[in-house]
Amino acid sequence: MVVVGADTTESIKTLDFGKAFPDRLIQLGIAEPNMISVAAGLAAAGKIPFAATYSVFGSAHTYNVIRQNVAYTNLNVKIFCSHAGLTVGPDGATHQINEDIALMRGIPRMTVLVPADGPETAKCVDAAAAMKGPVYCRFSRTNVPTVTSSEDGFAIGKARVVRDGFDLTLIGCGIMVARCLEAAQLLEREKISARVINLSTVKPLDLATIDRAARETGGIVTAEEHTVVHGIGAAVASAIASNHPVPIAMVGVQDVFGESGEAEELLRKYGLTAEKIVEAAHDVVKRRDR
Amino acid sequence: MVEVSEELIAGLKKKAVTLRKHIIRMTHNAQSGHPGGSMSACDIVTALYFHVLRVDPTNPTWPDRDRFVLSKGHACPVWYAALAERGFFPVEELMTFRKLNSRLQGHPELGTTPGVENAAGAEGQGLSFSVGLALAARMDHKAWRTYCVLGDGEQDVGQTWEAAMAASKYGLDSLTAFIDRNGIQQEGRTEDIMPLEPLAEKWEAFNWHVLTIDGHDFRQIFAAIEEAHRTRGRPTAVIARTVKGKGVSFMENKIKYHGAATSDDELKLALAELEAMEAAI
Repeated sequence: MVVVGADTTESIKTLDFGKAFPDRLIQLGIAEPNMISVAAGLAAAGKIPFAATYSVFGSAHTYNVIRQNVAYTNLNVKIFCSHAGLTVGPDGATHQINEDIALMRGIPRMTVLVPADGPETAKCVDAAAAMKGPVYCRFSRTNVPTVTSSEDGFAIGKARVVRDGFDLTLIGCGIMVARCLEAAQLLEREKISARVINLSTVKPLDLATIDRAARETGGIVTAEEHTVVHGIGAAVASAIASNHPVPIAMVGVQDVFGESGEAEELLRKYGLTAEKIVEAAHDVVKRRDR
Repeated sequence: MVEVSEELIAGLKKKAVTLRKHIIRMTHNAQSGHPGGSMSACDIVTALYFHVLRVDPTNPTWPDRDRFVLSKGHACPVWYAALAERGFFPVEELMTFRKLNSRLQGHPELGTTPGVENAAGAEGQGLSFSVGLALAARMDHKAWRTYCVLGDGEQDVGQTWEAAMAASKYGLDSLTAFIDRNGIQQEGRTEDIMPLEPLAEKWEAFNWHVLTIDGHDFRQIFAAIEEAHRTRGRPTAVIARTVKGKGVSFMENKIKYHGAATSDDELKLALAELEAMEAAI
Protein backbone atom coordinates (compact mmCIF):
# COMPACT_ATOMS: atom_id res chain seq x y z
CA MET A 1 0.00 0.00 0.00
CA VAL A 2 1.23 3.45 -0.99
CA VAL A 3 -0.30 6.88 -0.41
CA VAL A 4 0.07 9.76 -2.87
CA GLY A 5 -0.73 13.25 -1.68
CA ALA A 6 -1.16 16.76 -3.03
CA ASP A 7 -0.18 19.24 -0.31
CA THR A 8 -3.15 18.27 1.87
CA THR A 9 -1.58 15.36 3.76
CA GLU A 10 -1.72 17.05 7.15
CA SER A 11 -5.36 18.14 7.01
CA ILE A 12 -6.62 14.80 5.74
CA LYS A 13 -4.30 12.88 8.10
CA THR A 14 -2.40 10.82 5.54
CA LEU A 15 0.69 12.40 7.08
CA ASP A 16 0.22 9.88 9.91
CA PHE A 17 0.67 7.10 7.34
CA GLY A 18 3.85 8.85 6.24
CA LYS A 19 5.14 8.91 9.81
CA ALA A 20 4.65 5.16 10.06
CA PHE A 21 5.90 4.43 6.52
CA PRO A 22 8.09 7.33 5.35
CA ASP A 23 9.02 5.67 2.05
CA ARG A 24 5.42 5.05 1.10
CA LEU A 25 3.92 8.52 1.34
CA ILE A 26 4.64 10.33 -1.92
CA GLN A 27 4.13 14.08 -1.73
CA LEU A 28 3.45 15.46 -5.20
CA GLY A 29 2.46 19.03 -4.46
CA ILE A 30 -0.53 20.92 -5.83
CA ALA A 31 -0.66 18.80 -8.97
CA GLU A 32 -3.65 16.49 -8.73
CA PRO A 33 -3.73 15.29 -12.36
CA ASN A 34 -0.13 14.16 -11.91
CA MET A 35 -1.04 12.59 -8.56
CA ILE A 36 -3.76 10.45 -10.13
CA SER A 37 -1.57 9.31 -13.04
CA VAL A 38 1.34 8.56 -10.71
CA ALA A 39 -1.06 6.43 -8.67
CA ALA A 40 -2.07 4.64 -11.87
CA GLY A 41 1.58 3.93 -12.69
CA LEU A 42 2.18 2.59 -9.19
CA ALA A 43 -0.87 0.35 -9.55
CA ALA A 44 0.31 -0.89 -12.96
CA ALA A 45 3.50 -2.05 -11.22
CA GLY A 46 1.57 -3.93 -8.52
CA LYS A 47 1.16 -1.39 -5.71
CA ILE A 48 -2.15 -0.53 -4.05
CA PRO A 49 -2.05 3.26 -4.22
CA PHE A 50 -4.41 5.47 -2.24
CA ALA A 51 -4.67 8.93 -3.78
CA ALA A 52 -6.05 11.17 -1.06
CA THR A 53 -6.93 14.83 -1.08
CA TYR A 54 -9.94 17.18 -0.98
CA SER A 55 -12.91 15.98 -3.03
CA VAL A 56 -13.09 18.97 -5.36
CA PHE A 57 -9.52 18.34 -6.50
CA GLY A 58 -9.63 14.56 -6.37
CA SER A 59 -12.72 14.31 -8.58
CA ALA A 60 -13.64 17.34 -10.68
CA HIS A 61 -10.16 18.73 -11.27
CA THR A 62 -8.84 15.31 -12.30
CA TYR A 63 -11.91 13.90 -14.04
CA ASN A 64 -10.42 12.97 -17.39
CA VAL A 65 -7.24 11.64 -15.80
CA ILE A 66 -9.33 9.33 -13.62
CA ARG A 67 -11.37 8.35 -16.65
CA GLN A 68 -8.42 7.49 -18.92
CA ASN A 69 -5.64 6.48 -16.52
CA VAL A 70 -7.63 4.78 -13.74
CA ALA A 71 -11.02 3.54 -14.97
CA TYR A 72 -10.36 2.80 -18.66
CA THR A 73 -7.17 1.01 -17.58
CA ASN A 74 -9.13 -0.73 -14.77
CA LEU A 75 -6.18 -0.19 -12.45
CA ASN A 76 -6.20 -0.79 -8.73
CA VAL A 77 -6.26 2.87 -7.65
CA LYS A 78 -8.19 4.02 -4.58
CA ILE A 79 -9.20 7.67 -4.58
CA PHE A 80 -10.17 8.71 -1.06
CA CYS A 81 -11.41 12.25 -0.74
CA SER A 82 -12.34 14.30 2.27
CA HIS A 83 -13.95 17.77 2.42
CA ALA A 84 -16.92 16.78 0.26
CA GLY A 85 -20.16 18.71 0.23
CA LEU A 86 -21.41 21.88 1.89
CA THR A 87 -19.97 21.08 5.31
CA VAL A 88 -16.49 22.21 4.26
CA GLY A 89 -18.07 25.42 5.53
CA PRO A 90 -16.28 28.79 5.57
CA ASP A 91 -14.02 27.96 2.59
CA GLY A 92 -17.08 28.50 0.43
CA ALA A 93 -18.41 27.22 -2.87
CA THR A 94 -15.01 26.71 -4.54
CA HIS A 95 -14.28 23.95 -2.06
CA GLN A 96 -17.82 22.61 -1.48
CA ILE A 97 -18.14 20.05 -4.22
CA ASN A 98 -21.70 18.76 -4.46
CA GLU A 99 -21.19 17.09 -7.84
CA ASP A 100 -18.51 14.43 -7.25
CA ILE A 101 -20.89 11.48 -6.77
CA ALA A 102 -22.55 12.41 -10.07
CA LEU A 103 -19.19 12.60 -11.83
CA MET A 104 -17.79 9.37 -10.44
CA ARG A 105 -20.85 7.17 -10.78
CA GLY A 106 -20.96 8.01 -14.47
CA ILE A 107 -17.57 6.43 -15.14
CA PRO A 108 -17.66 2.75 -16.16
CA ARG A 109 -15.84 0.34 -13.78
CA MET A 110 -15.82 2.85 -10.91
CA THR A 111 -16.93 1.79 -7.44
CA VAL A 112 -18.33 4.73 -5.45
CA LEU A 113 -18.45 4.71 -1.65
CA VAL A 114 -19.90 7.26 0.79
CA PRO A 115 -19.37 6.15 4.41
CA ALA A 116 -21.73 7.42 7.09
CA ASP A 117 -19.21 7.98 9.89
CA GLY A 118 -15.74 7.23 11.23
CA PRO A 119 -16.06 3.46 11.80
CA GLU A 120 -17.58 2.98 8.37
CA THR A 121 -14.83 5.07 6.73
CA ALA A 122 -12.26 2.68 8.25
CA LYS A 123 -14.21 -0.24 6.80
CA CYS A 124 -14.24 1.44 3.39
CA VAL A 125 -10.43 1.70 3.49
CA ASP A 126 -10.10 -2.01 4.27
CA ALA A 127 -12.72 -3.10 1.74
CA ALA A 128 -11.29 -0.89 -1.00
CA ALA A 129 -7.80 -2.26 -0.40
CA ALA A 130 -9.14 -5.81 -0.48
CA MET A 131 -10.93 -5.48 -3.83
CA LYS A 132 -9.34 -5.21 -7.28
CA GLY A 133 -10.18 -2.16 -9.35
CA PRO A 134 -10.79 1.57 -9.11
CA VAL A 135 -12.63 3.04 -6.12
CA TYR A 136 -13.76 6.56 -5.32
CA CYS A 137 -14.69 7.21 -1.69
CA ARG A 138 -15.94 10.58 -0.44
CA PHE A 139 -16.47 11.83 3.06
CA SER A 140 -16.90 15.10 4.91
CA ARG A 141 -14.61 17.35 6.90
CA THR A 142 -17.13 18.11 9.64
CA ASN A 143 -17.58 16.06 12.79
CA VAL A 144 -20.38 13.53 12.37
CA PRO A 145 -22.27 11.48 14.96
CA THR A 146 -21.34 7.82 14.98
CA VAL A 147 -24.28 5.83 13.66
CA THR A 148 -22.60 2.55 12.76
CA SER A 149 -20.70 0.19 14.97
CA SER A 150 -17.41 -1.53 14.29
CA GLU A 151 -19.32 -4.82 14.76
CA ASP A 152 -21.77 -4.03 11.92
CA GLY A 153 -21.17 -6.05 8.81
CA PHE A 154 -19.90 -4.14 5.82
CA ALA A 155 -19.58 -5.17 2.21
CA ILE A 156 -19.13 -3.09 -0.92
CA GLY A 157 -22.35 -3.27 -2.90
CA LYS A 158 -24.57 -3.95 0.13
CA ALA A 159 -26.92 -1.30 1.49
CA ARG A 160 -27.68 -1.75 5.17
CA VAL A 161 -31.11 -1.38 6.77
CA VAL A 162 -30.21 0.50 9.96
CA ARG A 163 -33.80 0.84 11.19
CA ASP A 164 -36.81 -1.16 10.11
CA GLY A 165 -40.14 0.38 9.20
CA PHE A 166 -43.20 -0.20 7.04
CA ASP A 167 -44.79 3.08 5.91
CA LEU A 168 -41.94 4.46 3.82
CA THR A 169 -38.15 4.27 3.46
CA LEU A 170 -35.54 6.96 4.03
CA ILE A 171 -32.36 6.27 2.04
CA GLY A 172 -29.34 8.35 3.01
CA CYS A 173 -25.60 8.39 2.50
CA GLY A 174 -22.73 10.02 4.37
CA ILE A 175 -23.64 12.56 7.01
CA MET A 176 -27.32 12.34 5.99
CA VAL A 177 -27.72 8.84 7.47
CA ALA A 178 -27.73 10.34 10.97
CA ARG A 179 -30.34 12.88 9.83
CA CYS A 180 -32.49 10.13 8.34
CA LEU A 181 -32.42 8.34 11.71
CA GLU A 182 -33.38 11.57 13.44
CA ALA A 183 -36.23 12.07 10.95
CA ALA A 184 -37.44 8.50 11.53
CA GLN A 185 -37.76 9.29 15.25
CA LEU A 186 -39.74 12.46 14.48
CA LEU A 187 -42.03 10.49 12.14
CA GLU A 188 -42.55 7.82 14.77
CA ARG A 189 -44.21 10.43 16.99
CA GLU A 190 -46.76 10.88 14.19
CA LYS A 191 -47.23 7.10 13.99
CA ILE A 192 -45.38 6.93 10.67
CA SER A 193 -43.02 3.98 10.63
CA ALA A 194 -39.94 4.79 8.52
CA ARG A 195 -37.32 2.30 7.38
CA VAL A 196 -33.81 3.78 7.14
CA ILE A 197 -31.19 2.52 4.71
CA ASN A 198 -27.52 3.49 4.81
CA LEU A 199 -26.52 3.59 1.15
CA SER A 200 -22.76 3.57 1.70
CA THR A 201 -22.14 2.01 -1.72
CA VAL A 202 -23.57 4.27 -4.42
CA LYS A 203 -22.11 2.11 -7.17
CA PRO A 204 -22.66 -0.77 -7.67
CA LEU A 205 -26.15 -0.05 -6.35
CA ASP A 206 -27.80 -2.65 -4.10
CA LEU A 207 -30.87 -3.08 -6.30
CA ALA A 208 -32.34 -5.91 -4.18
CA THR A 209 -32.46 -3.87 -0.97
CA ILE A 210 -33.90 -0.83 -2.78
CA ASP A 211 -36.47 -2.92 -4.64
CA ARG A 212 -37.54 -4.59 -1.39
CA ALA A 213 -37.95 -1.17 0.26
CA ALA A 214 -40.10 0.05 -2.64
CA ARG A 215 -42.31 -3.06 -2.57
CA GLU A 216 -42.63 -3.32 1.22
CA THR A 217 -42.96 0.37 2.19
CA GLY A 218 -44.37 1.98 -0.97
CA GLY A 219 -42.55 5.32 -0.79
CA ILE A 220 -38.97 6.61 -0.70
CA VAL A 221 -37.15 9.74 0.44
CA THR A 222 -33.47 10.08 -0.44
CA ALA A 223 -31.09 12.37 1.45
CA GLU A 224 -27.59 13.37 0.35
CA GLU A 225 -25.07 16.14 0.95
CA HIS A 226 -24.80 16.49 -2.81
CA THR A 227 -26.74 17.91 -5.73
CA VAL A 228 -29.99 16.11 -6.50
CA VAL A 229 -28.80 16.13 -10.14
CA HIS A 230 -27.36 12.64 -10.74
CA GLY A 231 -26.74 11.94 -7.07
CA ILE A 232 -28.10 9.04 -4.99
CA GLY A 233 -31.67 10.29 -5.39
CA ALA A 234 -31.34 10.00 -9.15
CA ALA A 235 -29.71 6.58 -8.83
CA VAL A 236 -32.49 5.28 -6.57
CA ALA A 237 -35.24 6.85 -8.73
CA SER A 238 -33.82 5.19 -11.81
CA ALA A 239 -33.62 1.84 -10.03
CA ILE A 240 -37.19 1.86 -8.72
CA ALA A 241 -38.59 3.23 -12.00
CA SER A 242 -37.28 0.12 -13.74
CA ASN A 243 -38.61 -2.32 -11.13
CA HIS A 244 -41.41 -1.11 -8.89
CA PRO A 245 -42.20 2.60 -9.24
CA VAL A 246 -43.35 4.31 -6.02
CA PRO A 247 -43.48 8.02 -5.07
CA ILE A 248 -40.02 9.44 -4.32
CA ALA A 249 -38.73 12.76 -2.97
CA MET A 250 -35.13 13.93 -2.96
CA VAL A 251 -33.53 15.92 -0.16
CA GLY A 252 -30.22 17.42 -1.27
CA VAL A 253 -28.63 20.49 -2.79
CA GLN A 254 -31.06 21.86 -5.39
CA ASP A 255 -28.77 22.51 -8.37
CA VAL A 256 -27.08 25.54 -6.79
CA PHE A 257 -23.62 26.42 -5.50
CA GLY A 258 -23.00 26.79 -1.78
CA GLU A 259 -21.40 29.71 0.07
CA SER A 260 -19.32 30.47 3.16
CA GLY A 261 -20.81 29.68 6.53
CA GLU A 262 -20.55 27.17 9.36
CA ALA A 263 -21.45 23.58 8.50
CA GLU A 264 -24.70 23.50 10.48
CA GLU A 265 -25.80 26.89 9.17
CA LEU A 266 -25.26 25.72 5.60
CA LEU A 267 -27.13 22.46 6.10
CA ARG A 268 -30.09 24.46 7.46
CA LYS A 269 -30.02 27.10 4.72
CA TYR A 270 -29.79 24.53 1.93
CA GLY A 271 -32.44 22.24 3.40
CA LEU A 272 -30.36 19.26 4.48
CA THR A 273 -32.04 18.69 7.86
CA ALA A 274 -34.14 16.05 9.60
CA GLU A 275 -37.09 18.46 9.40
CA LYS A 276 -36.77 18.67 5.61
CA ILE A 277 -36.65 14.88 5.42
CA VAL A 278 -39.86 14.74 7.49
CA GLU A 279 -41.52 17.25 5.11
CA ALA A 280 -40.42 15.15 2.14
CA ALA A 281 -41.83 12.05 3.87
CA HIS A 282 -45.21 13.77 4.30
CA ASP A 283 -45.16 14.69 0.61
CA VAL A 284 -44.40 11.09 -0.40
CA VAL A 285 -47.12 9.65 1.85
CA LYS A 286 -49.65 12.19 0.54
CA ARG A 287 -48.82 11.40 -3.10
CA ARG A 288 -48.97 7.68 -2.48
CA ASP A 289 -52.33 7.79 -0.71
CA ARG A 290 -53.92 10.13 -3.25
CA MET B 1 25.06 -2.21 -24.04
CA VAL B 2 26.10 -4.36 -26.98
CA GLU B 3 28.48 -2.75 -29.45
CA VAL B 4 26.66 -0.99 -32.27
CA SER B 5 27.81 -2.79 -35.43
CA GLU B 6 27.10 -1.93 -39.06
CA GLU B 7 25.03 -5.10 -39.35
CA LEU B 8 22.92 -4.11 -36.37
CA ILE B 9 22.26 -0.66 -37.81
CA ALA B 10 21.39 -2.09 -41.23
CA GLY B 11 19.01 -4.58 -39.63
CA LEU B 12 17.29 -1.85 -37.60
CA LYS B 13 16.98 0.39 -40.64
CA LYS B 14 15.22 -2.45 -42.47
CA LYS B 15 12.96 -3.08 -39.49
CA ALA B 16 12.06 0.61 -39.35
CA VAL B 17 11.07 0.52 -43.02
CA THR B 18 8.90 -2.51 -42.28
CA LEU B 19 7.20 -0.63 -39.43
CA ARG B 20 6.64 2.41 -41.65
CA LYS B 21 5.00 0.22 -44.29
CA HIS B 22 2.71 -1.20 -41.61
CA ILE B 23 1.84 2.33 -40.43
CA ILE B 24 0.93 3.41 -43.96
CA ARG B 25 -1.11 0.28 -44.64
CA MET B 26 -2.91 0.33 -41.26
CA THR B 27 -3.98 3.95 -41.50
CA HIS B 28 -4.88 3.57 -45.18
CA ASN B 29 -6.99 0.50 -44.39
CA ALA B 30 -8.73 2.35 -41.55
CA GLN B 31 -8.91 5.57 -43.60
CA SER B 32 -8.16 7.36 -40.35
CA GLY B 33 -5.47 7.49 -37.68
CA HIS B 34 -2.25 9.43 -37.30
CA PRO B 35 0.56 8.40 -39.66
CA GLY B 36 2.75 11.52 -39.37
CA GLY B 37 3.61 11.28 -35.68
CA SER B 38 3.88 7.49 -35.92
CA MET B 39 6.56 7.82 -38.58
CA SER B 40 8.51 10.53 -36.74
CA ALA B 41 8.75 8.30 -33.65
CA CYS B 42 9.45 5.16 -35.68
CA ASP B 43 13.24 5.00 -35.33
CA ILE B 44 13.13 5.59 -31.57
CA VAL B 45 10.50 2.86 -31.15
CA THR B 46 12.49 0.52 -33.42
CA ALA B 47 15.71 1.10 -31.46
CA LEU B 48 13.93 0.41 -28.17
CA TYR B 49 11.91 -2.67 -29.18
CA PHE B 50 14.55 -4.34 -31.31
CA HIS B 51 17.70 -3.65 -29.32
CA VAL B 52 17.12 -2.11 -25.87
CA LEU B 53 13.96 -3.22 -24.07
CA ARG B 54 14.06 -6.38 -21.99
CA VAL B 55 10.60 -7.70 -22.81
CA ASP B 56 9.20 -11.17 -23.43
CA PRO B 57 6.54 -11.46 -26.17
CA THR B 58 5.51 -14.86 -24.77
CA ASN B 59 4.95 -13.30 -21.34
CA PRO B 60 3.89 -9.68 -21.91
CA THR B 61 3.26 -9.02 -18.20
CA TRP B 62 6.59 -10.48 -16.99
CA PRO B 63 7.08 -8.43 -13.78
CA ASP B 64 10.76 -7.63 -14.42
CA ARG B 65 10.30 -6.31 -17.96
CA ASP B 66 11.33 -2.83 -18.97
CA ARG B 67 8.34 -0.53 -19.36
CA PHE B 68 7.61 1.36 -22.56
CA VAL B 69 4.95 4.07 -22.20
CA LEU B 70 3.58 5.87 -25.24
CA SER B 71 2.28 9.16 -23.93
CA LYS B 72 1.45 10.44 -27.42
CA GLY B 73 -1.23 7.79 -27.80
CA HIS B 74 -2.31 8.86 -31.29
CA ALA B 75 1.00 7.44 -32.57
CA CYS B 76 -0.09 3.93 -31.59
CA PRO B 77 0.24 2.56 -35.16
CA VAL B 78 4.02 2.53 -34.66
CA TRP B 79 3.59 0.80 -31.29
CA TYR B 80 1.24 -1.86 -32.67
CA ALA B 81 3.56 -2.41 -35.65
CA ALA B 82 6.57 -2.86 -33.36
CA LEU B 83 4.70 -5.19 -31.00
CA ALA B 84 3.48 -7.32 -33.90
CA GLU B 85 6.95 -7.51 -35.48
CA ARG B 86 8.39 -8.34 -32.05
CA GLY B 87 5.94 -11.26 -31.77
CA PHE B 88 3.41 -10.01 -29.23
CA PHE B 89 0.54 -10.77 -31.64
CA PRO B 90 0.18 -11.79 -35.30
CA VAL B 91 1.25 -9.26 -37.92
CA GLU B 92 -2.00 -9.96 -39.84
CA GLU B 93 -3.93 -8.48 -36.91
CA LEU B 94 -2.53 -5.03 -37.74
CA MET B 95 -5.15 -4.67 -40.47
CA THR B 96 -7.90 -4.72 -37.81
CA PHE B 97 -6.63 -1.37 -36.50
CA ARG B 98 -9.55 0.98 -35.68
CA LYS B 99 -12.14 -1.63 -36.76
CA LEU B 100 -15.05 -2.90 -34.68
CA ASN B 101 -14.16 -5.74 -32.25
CA SER B 102 -10.43 -5.21 -32.78
CA ARG B 103 -7.76 -5.48 -30.08
CA LEU B 104 -6.06 -2.53 -31.77
CA GLN B 105 -8.04 0.49 -30.66
CA GLY B 106 -7.69 3.92 -32.24
CA HIS B 107 -5.77 4.96 -29.14
CA PRO B 108 -4.02 2.49 -26.82
CA GLU B 109 -6.08 0.52 -24.32
CA LEU B 110 -4.43 -1.26 -21.38
CA GLY B 111 -5.28 -4.91 -20.92
CA THR B 112 -6.55 -5.51 -24.45
CA THR B 113 -3.48 -5.39 -26.66
CA PRO B 114 -0.59 -7.68 -25.64
CA GLY B 115 2.42 -5.52 -24.82
CA VAL B 116 0.57 -2.23 -24.44
CA GLU B 117 1.48 -0.71 -21.06
CA ASN B 118 -0.78 2.34 -20.75
CA ALA B 119 -3.92 4.00 -22.05
CA ALA B 120 -3.32 7.26 -23.88
CA GLY B 121 -5.20 9.57 -26.15
CA ALA B 122 -5.89 12.50 -23.90
CA GLU B 123 -2.44 14.04 -24.01
CA GLY B 124 -0.07 14.71 -21.16
CA GLN B 125 -0.72 11.76 -18.83
CA GLY B 126 2.00 9.31 -19.88
CA LEU B 127 4.96 10.92 -18.16
CA SER B 128 3.08 11.00 -14.84
CA PHE B 129 2.18 7.34 -15.31
CA SER B 130 5.87 6.63 -15.99
CA VAL B 131 6.81 8.42 -12.76
CA GLY B 132 4.50 6.03 -10.90
CA LEU B 133 6.14 3.05 -12.59
CA ALA B 134 9.66 4.28 -11.80
CA LEU B 135 8.73 4.96 -8.17
CA ALA B 136 7.36 1.41 -7.85
CA ALA B 137 10.55 -0.07 -9.33
CA ARG B 138 12.62 1.84 -6.80
CA MET B 139 10.43 0.76 -3.85
CA ASP B 140 10.82 -2.86 -4.91
CA HIS B 141 14.58 -2.51 -5.61
CA LYS B 142 14.03 -3.63 -9.19
CA ALA B 143 16.44 -2.97 -12.05
CA TRP B 144 13.88 -2.56 -14.81
CA ARG B 145 13.77 0.78 -16.54
CA THR B 146 10.96 2.99 -17.83
CA TYR B 147 11.02 4.66 -21.25
CA CYS B 148 8.35 7.20 -22.13
CA VAL B 149 7.81 8.68 -25.58
CA LEU B 150 6.10 12.07 -25.58
CA GLY B 151 5.00 14.27 -28.44
CA ASP B 152 6.07 17.86 -28.70
CA GLY B 153 2.44 18.95 -28.83
CA GLU B 154 2.16 17.41 -25.37
CA GLN B 155 4.63 19.96 -24.10
CA ASP B 156 1.62 22.33 -24.09
CA VAL B 157 -0.07 20.25 -21.39
CA GLY B 158 0.40 21.43 -17.82
CA GLN B 159 0.44 17.89 -16.45
CA THR B 160 3.62 17.14 -18.44
CA TRP B 161 5.42 19.70 -16.30
CA GLU B 162 3.80 18.47 -13.07
CA ALA B 163 5.34 15.10 -13.94
CA ALA B 164 8.68 16.70 -14.85
CA MET B 165 8.88 18.27 -11.37
CA ALA B 166 7.91 15.04 -9.62
CA ALA B 167 10.47 12.96 -11.54
CA SER B 168 13.31 15.30 -10.65
CA LYS B 169 12.13 15.67 -7.04
CA TYR B 170 12.43 11.92 -6.63
CA GLY B 171 15.63 11.69 -8.72
CA LEU B 172 14.16 8.99 -10.96
CA ASP B 173 17.26 7.99 -12.90
CA SER B 174 15.60 4.80 -14.21
CA LEU B 175 13.23 7.00 -16.24
CA THR B 176 14.12 8.18 -19.74
CA ALA B 177 11.77 10.45 -21.68
CA PHE B 178 12.02 10.82 -25.44
CA ILE B 179 10.42 13.96 -26.79
CA ASP B 180 9.51 13.41 -30.43
CA ARG B 181 10.36 16.93 -31.60
CA ASN B 182 8.81 16.88 -35.05
CA GLY B 183 7.67 20.48 -34.76
CA ILE B 184 4.09 19.89 -35.89
CA GLN B 185 0.88 19.39 -33.96
CA GLN B 186 -2.70 18.97 -35.13
CA GLU B 187 -3.36 22.48 -36.32
CA GLY B 188 0.07 23.69 -37.33
CA ARG B 189 3.71 24.27 -36.40
CA THR B 190 4.30 23.98 -32.67
CA GLU B 191 6.04 27.36 -32.69
CA ASP B 192 2.91 28.98 -34.16
CA ILE B 193 0.35 27.16 -32.01
CA MET B 194 2.22 27.55 -28.72
CA PRO B 195 5.96 28.29 -28.86
CA LEU B 196 8.04 25.70 -27.00
CA GLU B 197 11.56 27.01 -27.49
CA PRO B 198 13.87 27.09 -25.69
CA LEU B 199 12.71 23.53 -24.97
CA ALA B 200 15.96 21.94 -23.81
CA GLU B 201 16.47 24.78 -21.37
CA LYS B 202 12.97 24.20 -19.98
CA TRP B 203 13.76 20.56 -19.19
CA GLU B 204 17.14 21.58 -17.76
CA ALA B 205 15.38 24.13 -15.55
CA PHE B 206 13.23 21.26 -14.25
CA ASN B 207 16.47 19.52 -13.21
CA TRP B 208 16.49 16.82 -15.85
CA HIS B 209 19.60 15.59 -17.61
CA VAL B 210 18.92 16.78 -21.17
CA LEU B 211 20.29 15.53 -24.48
CA THR B 212 19.40 16.71 -27.97
CA ILE B 213 19.83 14.23 -30.80
CA ASP B 214 18.80 13.40 -34.34
CA GLY B 215 15.87 11.08 -33.67
CA HIS B 216 16.40 9.24 -36.94
CA ASP B 217 20.05 8.31 -36.27
CA PHE B 218 20.30 4.95 -34.48
CA ARG B 219 23.84 5.60 -33.24
CA GLN B 220 22.72 8.84 -31.60
CA ILE B 221 19.66 7.13 -30.10
CA PHE B 222 21.83 4.38 -28.56
CA ALA B 223 24.41 6.89 -27.32
CA ALA B 224 21.62 8.84 -25.61
CA ILE B 225 20.25 5.70 -23.97
CA GLU B 226 23.72 4.74 -22.76
CA GLU B 227 24.22 8.18 -21.30
CA ALA B 228 20.80 7.98 -19.61
CA HIS B 229 21.81 4.64 -18.06
CA ARG B 230 25.06 6.16 -16.75
CA THR B 231 23.31 9.23 -15.30
CA ARG B 232 22.68 8.93 -11.57
CA GLY B 233 20.18 10.87 -9.48
CA ARG B 234 18.32 12.52 -12.34
CA PRO B 235 15.92 11.43 -15.06
CA THR B 236 17.03 11.98 -18.64
CA ALA B 237 15.08 13.85 -21.32
CA VAL B 238 16.14 13.12 -24.88
CA ILE B 239 14.89 15.80 -27.24
CA ALA B 240 14.84 13.86 -30.48
CA ARG B 241 14.75 16.12 -33.52
CA THR B 242 12.56 14.29 -35.99
CA VAL B 243 10.61 14.82 -39.20
CA LYS B 244 6.87 14.33 -39.15
CA GLY B 245 5.92 11.72 -41.77
CA LYS B 246 9.59 10.66 -42.05
CA GLY B 247 10.28 8.15 -44.82
CA VAL B 248 7.72 9.17 -47.43
CA SER B 249 8.70 12.29 -49.35
CA PHE B 250 5.24 13.75 -49.88
CA MET B 251 4.27 13.20 -46.23
CA GLU B 252 7.37 14.69 -44.66
CA ASN B 253 6.81 17.88 -42.70
CA LYS B 254 3.20 18.10 -43.82
CA ILE B 255 0.66 19.21 -41.20
CA LYS B 256 -2.06 17.33 -43.11
CA TYR B 257 -0.60 13.91 -42.29
CA HIS B 258 -0.82 14.43 -38.54
CA GLY B 259 -4.29 12.95 -38.71
CA ALA B 260 -5.02 11.93 -42.30
CA ALA B 261 -4.62 8.58 -44.04
CA THR B 262 -3.26 8.19 -47.55
CA SER B 263 -5.51 7.81 -50.60
CA ASP B 264 -5.25 4.69 -52.80
CA ASP B 265 -2.82 6.41 -55.17
CA GLU B 266 -0.76 7.84 -52.32
CA LEU B 267 -0.57 4.40 -50.73
CA LYS B 268 1.08 2.96 -53.85
CA LEU B 269 3.54 5.86 -54.08
CA ALA B 270 4.38 5.63 -50.38
CA LEU B 271 4.97 1.90 -50.44
CA ALA B 272 7.08 2.20 -53.60
CA GLU B 273 9.27 4.80 -51.91
CA LEU B 274 9.67 2.68 -48.80
CA GLU B 275 10.51 -0.41 -50.83
CA ALA B 276 13.16 1.53 -52.75
CA MET B 277 14.55 2.71 -49.43
CA GLU B 278 14.65 -0.86 -48.12
CA ALA B 279 16.45 -2.09 -51.23
CA ALA B 280 19.09 0.60 -50.81
CA ILE B 281 20.01 -0.46 -47.25
